[in-house]
Amino acid sequence: MSGLQKFACWTLAAIVLGGIAVSIIVPADYTVQFRETPNAAPTHQHLLGTDELGRDRLARVLYGTRISLLLAPAAAFLSTLMAALIGVVSGYLGSWCERLALAVTDLVLSLPWLFLMLAVRAVLPLNVSPLTSVVTTFLLLGLLGWAASARVLCTGTRILRNSDFILQARASGLHGFRLLAVHVIPNLKPVLYAQFLISVPVFILSEANLGILGLGVAEPLPSWGSLLRELEGWGGFSTEPWKLAPMLLLILVVSCFQVILAREEVSA
Amino acid sequence: MRIMRIFGHLETILATLLIGGFLSATLARLAPGFSADEQELDFRLSAESIRQIRESHAQQRNILHFYFNYLKRAIHGDLGTSRSLGQPVRQLIADRLPITVRLCGLGLLVGWTVGLALAIAVVMAQVRVLDVFAAGLAGTFLSLPAAVLALLFVYFNAPASLAISLIVFPKLFSFSRNLLAQSYGLPHIITARAKGLGSARIFGWHVLPVAGPQMLALAGVSVSMALGAAIPVEALCGIPGIGQLAWQAALGRDLSLLVTVTVLVTVVTLAANTGSDLAMDMFRGQQA
Repeated sequence: MSGLQKFACWTLAAIVLGGIAVSIIVPADYTVQFRETPNAAPTHQHLLGTDELGRDRLARVLYGTRISLLLAPAAAFLSTLMAALIGVVSGYLGSWCERLALAVTDLVLSLPWLFLMLAVRAVLPLNVSPLTSVVTTFLLLGLLGWAASARVLCTGTRILRNSDFILQARASGLHGFRLLAVHVIPNLKPVLYAQFLISVPVFILSEANLGILGLGVAEPLPSWGSLLRELEGWGGFSTEPWKLAPMLLLILVVSCFQVILAREEVSA
Repeated sequence: MRIMRIFGHLETILATLLIGGFLSATLARLAPGFSADEQELDFRLSAESIRQIRESHAQQRNILHFYFNYLKRAIHGDLGTSRSLGQPVRQLIADRLPITVRLCGLGLLVGWTVGLALAIAVVMAQVRVLDVFAAGLAGTFLSLPAAVLALLFVYFNAPASLAISLIVFPKLFSFSRNLLAQSYGLPHIITARAKGLGSARIFGWHVLPVAGPQMLALAGVSVSMALGAAIPVEALCGIPGIGQLAWQAALGRDLSLLVTVTVLVTVVTLAANTGSDLAMDMFRGQQA
């Protein structure tokens, strides 16, 4: 691991820690309103100022970080799990099963991601509790984001299926699920890990896009998407530079994932 | 042989349309509040009128029936009426499609020019500072959600097509750079360089034929990227295109409109991929 990748890992760890220890860092909860100081500039009490409802912006950014950094990996885990189930099983079984799985995968991949997200999100109720909205958003990302990973895993499994050591294992009497569990899946671990890591920043960005478009996490729960919506009425660099904090944090986190990924993709 | 491939692609598009359309229709049909109609809340209507409204919705309850009706109407060019906007879907699409095509076309042109030029410069110059700068620039834009970029463009009052190009540029740059770097590392190209062949000649005669087919494949994929980016850009920059229409349909839960727009965008994406596949074939055929 290079110095830059170590730095990226430590930075991510620090941000995650900040998200977890938010109640120690900021005294106020993300819902508490300081009604006498709405839209305030940064002060000693509110390091990033307050939003238009008088809520501490730093608290909201850190709580939003906690939500995005907790649920994006959870959604990535779900999508990788689905991709593994579909890709590995179809690649292992081959013939019509593989063709069917690849046809479905191609169908999902041919639908532009944001259009698909928008269509499925719109099917579900928009006027729901904040907790339901956050679960729905990330669950949707997890359930719809499996296709590209499934294709990669299916190809990987097909290569493994035709390899010499699998042939030898078959000749030794190993079949079915045991062969899959003992020889195929352990050899796909680097690919699975890389696919998981690729999905996390994609889901973070997708949630941010949905949030800004008003189809993501509902108020008062903060997420990076809902926090970035503040930029709609932004005053500018000279008057309100602190409003860029969620954007800069998002760039930092996604960049860290990209730096780490550069290595994982090579090793996979 | 080529005609067979074209037919193969057309079959795929048709199958995707039918299956995608059916899944979308199912989605629209199963959505909560599908059979509800605002008209039922009108206190001036009699019980008989309300019963008739409900009956008109009842025939849409069967998914297959709903889908075949939808297909039958679609074949005759009737894509229905938008619930939220109160206009024929066909008219809405006809009005807005040219705007999106122009926006995405211009965005792709600029994105490809900048991405490819930077990738060629990085690979040919082999200067570490330029490589780090280009990677950093692409990485920064890759880390920005398309919607944030659109908001910044609104703030700076910059042309929206440039936002599309900045959204597609980092992906095009990264892929082209890796592809060109791989091609430059091939043994026959290293030999050509060792023999003192000029940079332009190496690029035109040896690198381009190797990287060309995959670049064409990327061209097909980039259409999908641009169309995806069109949603936040059009929605937030106030451009009345297909992306804004999809967003309005999503917010207004106008599923029949959303489904039609999604299927249309899918067809455009598939057609672009088919075009790039055929171009790849022609390119390879010329090389052979």
